[in-house]
Amino acid sequence: MKKAEKITFKIDEKTCYAWPGQSIVDAARDNGIYIPSLCHVEGLKPAGSCRICNVTVNGRNMTACTAPVGEGMVVENDTPELNELRKTIVEVLFVSGNHFCPSCEKSGNCELQAVAYRYQMMVPQFPYEFPVKGVDARPDLILHDRNRCIMCKRCVRGIEKDGKAVFSFEGRGGEHLQISMDIDLASQLSEEEAFEAMEICPVGAILKKERGFAIPIGERKFDKAPIGSEIENSVEQD
Amino acid sequence: MSKKILATTSLAGCFGCHMSFLDIDERILELIELVEFNKSPIDDIKTFTKECDIGLIEGGCCNSENIEVLKEFRKHCKILVSVGECAIMGGLPALRNGISIKECLEEAYLNGPTVGENTEKIMPNDPELPMLLDKVYPCHEIVKIDYFLPGCAPRADLIWNALVALVTGNELELPYEVVKFD
Ligand code: SF4
Ligand code: SF4
Ligand code: FES
Repeated sequence: MKKAEKITFKIDEKTCYAWPGQSIVDAARDNGIYIPSLCHVEGLKPAGSCRICNVTVNGRNMTACTAPVGEGMVVENDTPELNELRKTIVEVLFVSGNHFCPSCEKSGNCELQAVAYRYQMMVPQFPYEFPVKGVDARPDLILHDRNRCIMCKRCVRGIEKDGKAVFSFEGRGGEHLQISMDIDLASQLSEEEAFEAMEICPVGAILKKERGFAIPIGERKFDKAPIGSEIENSVEQD
Repeated sequence: MSKKILATTSLAGCFGCHMSFLDIDERILELIELVEFNKSPIDDIKTFTKECDIGLIEGGCCNSENIEVLKEFRKHCKILVSVGECAIMGGLPALRNGISIKECLEEAYLNGPTVGENTEKIMPNDPELPMLLDKVYPCHEIVKIDYFLPGCAPRADLIWNALVALVTGNELELPYEVVKFD
């Protein structure tokens, strides 16, 4: 398609193009601009739950993964205020779970950790909660560690076995919210499906067993370059 | 320029951060031009003999002695730096934070698979031993900490860059590869 059929908008002074209906996050990516996202993955229905993708449009903050681009829209993204807000969100996520990165198999490939690196979180400004959440290691091929879950619900939206959701969101209506795993379905996952389940989870809450530490330190996804740099280095194509 | 005075300690840590500090290799020769060590395992000075400019803290607080030493560091050092994940968030020792002390001790001294003969069911009870805290605390939840250097252990370059910045007053360089949580 030609540029003419796309809509034109701006992110931090840069003129960008989007397909009608495209979310700000997805359109930004296509234009070589990184807006951090944790609960959003291309291809899954947006959830708008983590709020890390906050951008400012017309003086109002909105989640860029749920808001569609509008013609002539002016989006603020890389501003000190928004970056500080994102860092604060990351800090809240770190203290509300148990994130012992040195002993976590996802370390180096973890999106939460990578966003913390990108925004240079040296220490969260809030007290650590050290909550007690469960670990369920019953399935042969995967384990579910709720201590690291950030409630992004990517698993709920993206992991199925024979058309049925393996993970579900529990405890609506005031009770303690958590993700629960259907043990029967989880036990039936194939090697490949188990690997995909691990990949869908942005953090180390869903892990494929006997897979940890497979990649040496220094060669993992976010060891050398910040998350989003692959988007920023991508050449814009039309 | 007179040398800055440096103190270091390892609380509930594994000395890995100190080992990483020594990984600055030959820069240690430059370091002793910049600083003079006071209380530290590096020179084995056990008690403060001077007021210090910088205190490096490895490890979090798991017992009453850690708290005492940390408070003493706060008293005698102008600037305190939490070095490493354990000082910053408790680290691996804090994995016990969801488990009661009783359960931890019973596992360690009575029921654990590596416990040998302990027919009298003795748990360490010498009054000289420091008391375990209810959980392992990050240092900044006990005293004010001025700077934080993450990592397990923090990369030698991070420790070096931070020390040089503190001593010279120049801005700290933070290349992407040096700030890691593992
Ligand atoms: S899930 Fe990510 S942030 Fe949490 S402990 Fe693992 S590597 Fe660290
Ligand atoms: S288990 Fe992983 S994918 Fe599922 S909600 Fe938690 S963090 Fe998200
Ligand atoms: S990525 Fe938009 S709210 Fe999570």
